[in-house]
Amino acid sequence: MILLGDNPGERGLRFLNPVNILVLVLSLTIVACGGDHPQSTIDPATSDFGPAIQNLYLTVFWWAMLILAVVWMVLAYVLIRFRARPGDPEPKKTHGHLGLEIGWTIGAAIIVVVITIPTIRTVFRIQAPAGPDALIVEVVGHQWWWEFRYPAEGVVTANELHLPVGRTVDLQMTSADVIHSFWIPRFGGKRDLNPWVREPNDRGPKINRLTFTVAEAGVYLGQCAEFCGLAHGLMGLRAIAEPEADFQAWVQSMNSPTVPDSGSLADRGREMFMTSTCIACHAVAGTNARGVLGPNLTRMGARMTIGAGLLENTPENVAAWIRNPAEFKPGVKMPGIAEGGGGLPPTGLSEEQIEAIAAYLSSLR
Amino acid sequence: MTDSTASSKAESAGVRSAAVELYTDPRGFGATIWSWITTVDHKRIGIMYGAAALFFLLIGGVEALVMRIQLAVPQNDFVDAETFNQMFTMHGTTMIFLVAMPMAVAFFNYIVPLQIGARDVAFPRLNALSFWVFMFGGLYLNSSFLFNAAPNASWVGYANLTSTQFSPGPNVDFWVIGLSIVGVSSLIGAINFITTIINLRAPSLTLMRLPLFTWMTFVTSWILVTAIPVIAVALIFLAADRFFATNFFVPTAGGDPVLWQHLFWIFGHPEVYILVLPSFGIMSEVVATFSRKPLFGYPIVVYAGILIGFIGWGVWSHHMFTTGLGPIADSFFVASTMIIAIPTGVKIFNWLATMWGGSISFTSAMLFGIGLLAIFTIGGLSGIMHASAPVDLQQHDSYFVVAHFHYTIVGGAMTGLFAGFYLWFPKVTGRLMSETLGKLHFWTFIIGFNLTFFPMHFAGLFGMPRRVFTYPAELNVAGYNMASTIGAFIFGLSSLIFLWNLWRSAFRGAPAGTNPWNAGTLEWATSSPPPHYNFAEIPEVKSRDPLWSSKFRVETKPLSHDEEPIMPSPSFWPILTAFGISLTWILVMTRIWWVPLIGLAVTAICVYSWAFQPEFRQARQEQG
Repeated sequence: MILLGDNPGERGLRFLNPVNILVLVLSLTIVACGGDHPQSTIDPATSDFGPAIQNLYLTVFWWAMLILAVVWMVLAYVLIRFRARPGDPEPKKTHGHLGLEIGWTIGAAIIVVVITIPTIRTVFRIQAPAGPDALIVEVVGHQWWWEFRYPAEGVVTANELHLPVGRTVDLQMTSADVIHSFWIPRFGGKRDLNPWVREPNDRGPKINRLTFTVAEAGVYLGQCAEFCGLAHGLMGLRAIAEPEADFQAWVQSMNSPTVPDSGSLADRGREMFMTSTCIACHAVAGTNARGVLGPNLTRMGARMTIGAGLLENTPENVAAWIRNPAEFKPGVKMPGIAEGGGGLPPTGLSEEQIEAIAAYLSSLR
Repeated sequence: MTDSTASSKAESAGVRSAAVELYTDPRGFGATIWSWITTVDHKRIGIMYGAAALFFLLIGGVEALVMRIQLAVPQNDFVDAETFNQMFTMHGTTMIFLVAMPMAVAFFNYIVPLQIGARDVAFPRLNALSFWVFMFGGLYLNSSFLFNAAPNASWVGYANLTSTQFSPGPNVDFWVIGLSIVGVSSLIGAINFITTIINLRAPSLTLMRLPLFTWMTFVTSWILVTAIPVIAVALIFLAADRFFATNFFVPTAGGDPVLWQHLFWIFGHPEVYILVLPSFGIMSEVVATFSRKPLFGYPIVVYAGILIGFIGWGVWSHHMFTTGLGPIADSFFVASTMIIAIPTGVKIFNWLATMWGGSISFTSAMLFGIGLLAIFTIGGLSGIMHASAPVDLQQHDSYFVVAHFHYTIVGGAMTGLFAGFYLWFPKVTGRLMSETLGKLHFWTFIIGFNLTFFPMHFAGLFGMPRRVFTYPAELNVAGYNMASTIGAFIFGLSSLIFLWNLWRSAFRGAPAGTNPWNAGTLEWATSSPPPHYNFAEIPEVKSRDPLWSSKFRVETKPLSHDEEPIMPSPSFWPILTAFGISLTWILVMTRIWWVPLIGLAVTAICVYSWAFQPEFRQARQEQG
């Protein structure tokens, strides 16, 4: 489930033992037939966007299979039938056959037209603008995490996108640094997050959109799909699709701050958090922490993972992350015992302070 | 000992002395090296291009294996993220610019003048310059490893990740400068081949009698001449951004990173055809030769190649369906991309029709030709899937695309080039390659290649993005990745078999004779290896496969020393000029505006001296 789960037996070159290879050969056959693929592009029954692509994919796929079968069958026939045998007469030096050549040119053209028409239809369908009652979420890509802003709801969160089932969502996507790409395969295709560029004639910024309606509650995995630098492979993403009522409850909770019991470890952590450099980058709704450079930590304790899908969200992992984030994510901007990726100085927090802060963040549920 | 073995031994000795005489200098090792450094002979330059490409193939192959070890199991820590990013960046850059392109250029150099009955290319010294610029560029690019600063922003180098802000180290400097140098080389070479093919054809060798490989060289050279300037503009913009603080791609200052994508792919898609068209040309020769039939529908295959070259210019944004260009632009590029599938499909059917009714011999060259037909078709068809823009939204930047372009570039371009090696090696060395090793190479290649890349389709369909240095076990794609890794090692092994075959056959292969394949095109009319002047007399070509015509006559008796045509003299100015050009670019790294002028001065001095060095030094008269 978690990316950096420790499995030292399979590190480096040590995986090349006969047992592993045997397991592979057996598992390949099984894997090819099924198993659970949380980022499958061909099992997209959960939104309107995914199936539109899936239907088109199947159309093209079967045409491709047909062409492949014809080419391979002709090739196989030719190789068997016309292989050189001793004593063969010299083949007739034919130079071509205009009718045949026109024939397969037209044949290819017809197939191409048959594929192009539904393609262009789908191109327009999936890029149709969202209706006025769609839920607008501003998605901002960062190296290497995701920011989600719900302007109408006044909510900001990170890395875990909450969506209501059955209501169209209108993702408006930009990037704070380099190009990223938003991809949750079971919802549908990906779309790039371009850095904020103003269009000519002051028509406002260029914003990419994804519009779709999720049909089924659940947790959906995705990740950044455009190479965005050092830790591109660790820019995980997950979406929590829930019934409208649950979504509203979540919005409610995001707007009502939690305060730890006074005197508890979490409370000491809160004090430490609010008086240290943490708040230069992080925000927690309803407190003095209003930093905007790092992920918003409102109700962080309720998230499933930390570090953009990197670690399970437990107080121990939170403490380990605060201690040395670079151990888990190379190049991360957040400093720990060492400097941060952007040159931010080490936090200088003691072990006790780290545990207190971890307790505070985990208490924000 | 029977008479036949005795005569074949004598023949073998004859081949050795011919090759030794051609490729060495009697005055010793140093003189031999000097003769190669200063050579302007298209055949020697072709051999150097081929050797350099094989050298870089080894480097790119090791980079690929490092990636495959890292990805063999989820959450592996064989290499760190930075190393992995350098590996895939350099693997892509190397395989495209330093392997596939120069390998095709090696054949352009060696074969085209022979196929058109010329004594050399139009500008022999320019040809040497082109090679040395390429070599310096390639070595410079790889020298970045010595500084632990290999490029790490992927072979497409998308802005604004490549800006100074997000890539402050020298890694991207190496990339932008290295590619600029290599680009100069391609441009020079392309101009040379266009001129050669237009001007130096043998009498009566009309355009519509040209061998297909020469035709595809011609089309490819035109694409190069037009496409290289586009990437040159992009690279110069990027270099200016990085070295002189301009803002072409810096969004915070009003620049636009998407502009890079347009420029890169306006070059990058024609580049795909630069890679694959030479192989289509080789393929056409191989299929005809080993089916013992002329190419079926020659004019249509030629027109299809030209059409691909043209339409290749109008499809670039199919690499950008996720960029967000809007439905109208997306639809246009869907349609243009679909159209380009038609001439490609036509070529495949024409090759099949060439084999139909023929007498097919399964030589190693033909096996690779058949391999191209079988596996390139898979790559072409997965290409139609991405051409459908909405489908591409799922497949773009996933391992499905990695599978696709390896099926086209390895399955199309490299397979064709391998076929070319087996086809023309006897012409170059006078010896046949080992068929046993050749078949071993072919089958290990087919197994290794497909085991590496076919599972990547599934990894991609199950949501594994490309360019990730690791992946979580929960994606459930570990089995496919392990299969790819095992396949990659088999693929690597097959390449070693190939290199061993080249090396061994060069010294111990059976003598080939003038026309071992009984082929129809002109390069098979001269001896193997050809004398440095190629043809004793320039033949007159009255049909497409002149050697298959009973009326064709050509003088094959070697000329005596006095009768030899005067060939251009060796010159060391091309390599020095190449050094000057490379130096100019490399000194840009100092970021001081006047320092590159030193390199420019060196270049100017070299060009000046070059211009006043006579091309023909009348060596014969002096000696006589």
